[in-house]
Amino acid sequence: MTTEGNNRSRVLLIGLLVVAVILLAKLFYIQIIDDKYKINASNNSMVYDMIYPTRGIIYDRNGKIIVSNKVTYDILVTPREVSQFDTLLLASVLETTPDFIREKMAEYSRNKKKIGYQSMVMMKQIKPETYMKFAEIQYNFPGFRGQVRSIRDYPVNAGGNLLGYVSEVDQKYIDDHPGEYRPGDYAGKTGIEAAREKDLRGEKGYHIYLRNSRNQIERRYKDGEMDKEAVPGHDIVTTIDADLQQYGQQLMKNKVGSLVAIEPKTGEILSLVSSPGVDVSMLADISQHYNEIIKDPHKPMFNRAVQAPYPPGSVFKLVNGLIGLQEGTLNMDMAYPCYQGYHFGSHKLGCHNHWSPLRLEEAIMMSCNGFFCYVLRNILENKKYKNIDEALDKWNEYVQSFGFGHKLGSDFPAELGGTLPTSKLYNKRYGKGGWKFTTIISISIGQGEVGVTPLQIANLAAIMANRGWYKIPHIVKASEGVEIDQKYYERQYTMVDTTNFKKVIKGMWRAVNNGPGTGCTAAIAEVKGLDICGKTGTAQNPRGADNSVFICFAPMDDPKIAVAAYVENAGFGATWAAPIASLLIEKYLNGETSRPDLENRVLQGDLMSRVKTYN
Amino acid sequence: MGNFSDRGVKQSIDWKLVISYLLLILIGWVNIYASIHSSEPSSIFDFNVRSGKQFVWILTALGLALIILFAVNPRFWESAALPLYLFVLVLLVVVIFVSKDVKGSHSWFEFGPVKFQPAEISKISTSLLLATLLSQTNYKITRIKDFLMTALIIGVPMLVILAESETGSALVYVGFLFVMYREGFSGWWLFSIILAVALFILTLTVSPYVSLLVLIGVILIITIIIPGRIGVFGWINLGILTLLCLLPWILGKTVPEESFMAKIKPLYILLGICLCVVVTMMVKGYKERKRYLSMGALGLVAGIALIFSTEFIFNNILQDHQRKRIEVLLGMKEDPSGVGYNVNQSMIAIGSGGFKGKGFLNGTQTTFGFVPEQSTDFIFCTVGEEWGFLGCLVVIFLYVFMIWRIVVDAEKSRESFTRIYGYCVASCIFMHLFINIGMTIGLMPVIGIPLPLLSYGGSSLWAFTILIFIFIALYRQEKKYY
Repeated sequence: MTTEGNNRSRVLLIGLLVVAVILLAKLFYIQIIDDKYKINASNNSMVYDMIYPTRGIIYDRNGKIIVSNKVTYDILVTPREVSQFDTLLLASVLETTPDFIREKMAEYSRNKKKIGYQSMVMMKQIKPETYMKFAEIQYNFPGFRGQVRSIRDYPVNAGGNLLGYVSEVDQKYIDDHPGEYRPGDYAGKTGIEAAREKDLRGEKGYHIYLRNSRNQIERRYKDGEMDKEAVPGHDIVTTIDADLQQYGQQLMKNKVGSLVAIEPKTGEILSLVSSPGVDVSMLADISQHYNEIIKDPHKPMFNRAVQAPYPPGSVFKLVNGLIGLQEGTLNMDMAYPCYQGYHFGSHKLGCHNHWSPLRLEEAIMMSCNGFFCYVLRNILENKKYKNIDEALDKWNEYVQSFGFGHKLGSDFPAELGGTLPTSKLYNKRYGKGGWKFTTIISISIGQGEVGVTPLQIANLAAIMANRGWYKIPHIVKASEGVEIDQKYYERQYTMVDTTNFKKVIKGMWRAVNNGPGTGCTAAIAEVKGLDICGKTGTAQNPRGADNSVFICFAPMDDPKIAVAAYVENAGFGATWAAPIASLLIEKYLNGETSRPDLENRVLQGDLMSRVKTYN
Repeated sequence: MGNFSDRGVKQSIDWKLVISYLLLILIGWVNIYASIHSSEPSSIFDFNVRSGKQFVWILTALGLALIILFAVNPRFWESAALPLYLFVLVLLVVVIFVSKDVKGSHSWFEFGPVKFQPAEISKISTSLLLATLLSQTNYKITRIKDFLMTALIIGVPMLVILAESETGSALVYVGFLFVMYREGFSGWWLFSIILAVALFILTLTVSPYVSLLVLIGVILIITIIIPGRIGVFGWINLGILTLLCLLPWILGKTVPEESFMAKIKPLYILLGICLCVVVTMMVKGYKERKRYLSMGALGLVAGIALIFSTEFIFNNILQDHQRKRIEVLLGMKEDPSGVGYNVNQSMIAIGSGGFKGKGFLNGTQTTFGFVPEQSTDFIFCTVGEEWGFLGCLVVIFLYVFMIWRIVVDAEKSRESFTRIYGYCVASCIFMHLFINIGMTIGLMPVIGIPLPLLSYGGSSLWAFTILIFIFIALYRQEKKYY
């Protein structure tokens, strides 16, 4: 046993030596032969000090700055370096209470271990004047220092929904944009700031420092040779007319709804108001106001202009009329009777009092409901199509070509597409063959399943102005270093011929300019010499009084602006929407308004009490 | 107190062992201080931080050592082995149900500020009971009953610890195989187990094909070595083996990609050949009464089973985090900020130490928390970074010296209990050493297991102190009287 045991003991000891040699060999390899690990270690002891670029400036179409940057300071504390200090003095200089500072210091000492040598942000966005006062006495307060931070500044009140806001990225945002952001970075979250985030943000730079074993910075790495300077963001030129935007906001004050103006030839959005909106004074530090904004029953963050699917009401009659003309189921000589509405069975779709029968031009001018019931009936009961399903889907195709029922593709990241019925929808709801024209009669007059955004009806106004085509509405213009998508330059044609548009536009002109007392619906919008063409709409709102709708463009022969106004719970199209749109056009084309009484009525008008909130 | 009448403390205690023990705990203490220095700059005696606490642990551990050396009759250990073993086993089971989840494992008792891990003292109780059993005069490990008894003593606490999800501590019990080997357990078994582990790793890292080739190669060489001569058959077999090594390459060259032949994987060809070989070996072994041939065939079958079930084991039995760790360890996934982070950072720390190291308290890697668990499981990083290759050499030398010394003392001992217990102690230290240092330099998976005497923590320090000093006391008693 002993000799055998000794043998085995020898085997085990040799094994021990072999393992020790393996360990030492690997250590020898990584410590002496392989340089890889030494290089990595120097990475770890270098400190990258991030330099944040200034964000690009946003201009309006005339070169006016609408968003720029201003300097503020954050007060940082390195708790480990703080010694005894005069709390009262510091509080008075920083314009805060001694209790606030005491509380913060107590908090830091509670988390002493976690904080270590790091600096903590004690106060955010101190005004430069305040910071200067602090800087003078800073030497009394070791461990405290100021850090420059650039925040957004809004010289013009161009509306929070349009411009969007910038805020610190959260973890989800970082995950959604792999490799682009780090905690503490800022990014545009809505509106133009989000749409052109990539241009506006610029490129971060860094300075490299070496730190010693105590985590203290010793010197710059290679005298800054390897540093990278920050590249400022590109400036953005928008299509917005700042003055018009501001005027539009004044007009929409104390009303709920939207006001959108487009330059028809280019598709450029001249103004886009969603009311009520987020005030620009809140945008710079939106996190401070976030709760307040979220709690507002009128949902100011909700950009109605590009998101709300409203029933278009009578402005939609234009589309149905055009489709009828194109399909040949309607011509300019056809006349239909209307005895206070369209009667079917024991029901009727009501209309207001007017003479009868009417032809298309007068029906548009007077916005006759009965007439357009016949129009849609003829479209849907067209013998050309096998059944109503096929006819409706053809109709849907036509309407889509007007930019409805899908996102237009504007550069608003949050844009929505509205709704448009298909045969599939009705078959699902009523069963195959279980529905006919009278079942869906309300879409004749832009009610029922038709939902459109104010941007889409503004685009309809532009289509009317262009006699049959549009360019996708957008808010950013191409400028030096900033390109926009090719699609914004391309004409999008509807499926209706230009000749048919000309016939309908005559009716739109007469709706505004036929003279009061002739039955025209929008005489209130008339401005001498501007040849405004328009169409009113009064859309039912299940949540209270009707919505007031108006679309128009001017001048008739050389359109410079197309406008859609949509005011919730405001009654007839002619009462609020038409004057608002008309004033906006007058302001844009003439530079001033000539109707002080009307303007006053609009500016003073407060419709907020009529609006039911979304609680 | 002890009896000084025969030989004094000076002669009876193995002072070289004690000194290497003291040096190691001193090195540990200094490095714990260094590892926390920058985030917690304070005196090495500051009791609020780990270095100060470790000082307390060291003092108490030394007190324990003195008690074991001078106040406890060494005979006590043998008689108390069974009750102690059972008591610790109960603790091991209870802790699963009462402990909080610490990184997935349920192995810590918490009494207010004091935490303790029964798995640590289980090493001691298992060693004691193993020594008691194996030193019985009528014990023979080759007897099935005795072997099963031994397996039971080792296996039960090992399985319970596995159930606590303390894979590392459970792995230490594999070291008792060395003790069994010393006491007559077949070397073939030891060899087979090591081969099995190698095949497992090869299958995962390279391919089942290569793994199978190695298996065939090893068995071929053994069947050649045992009869002591290489016949015609041997040469032919070696030729075939060489051919098989080239098989995938030949197939890739000659067989068109879309053909029927291409669908037959080389692995299956190899498998087919293996089956023929197994049958031949079985028949030949039976006819010619050559037992090694039959055993070789069995080994081949077992190896094939292992290789093909490895994938299954890997995907279905191992836990997610263990699988990931093995994947990273074996270089199957490059993931420096994920699971591989620990290994990567610790290798950077050690590697950046170079030959002489960066000097005491000058490490940048270990002191800034780049290395996780830097004062416990990854304490060797601090040694590697601040003291360099020389420091590592010294530390590993001390461990090897200590293990060597224990084995030599054990062999000198006249009582089998002392000898076997000594081997148990040596095996435990060896396994901890190999797994822990292997882990920090990327040779082993990251399985949390402390470096004996160096890592921060009272539980571990006490356990190793008791483990080692029981042996010193046992050995001293013999020297005293013989």
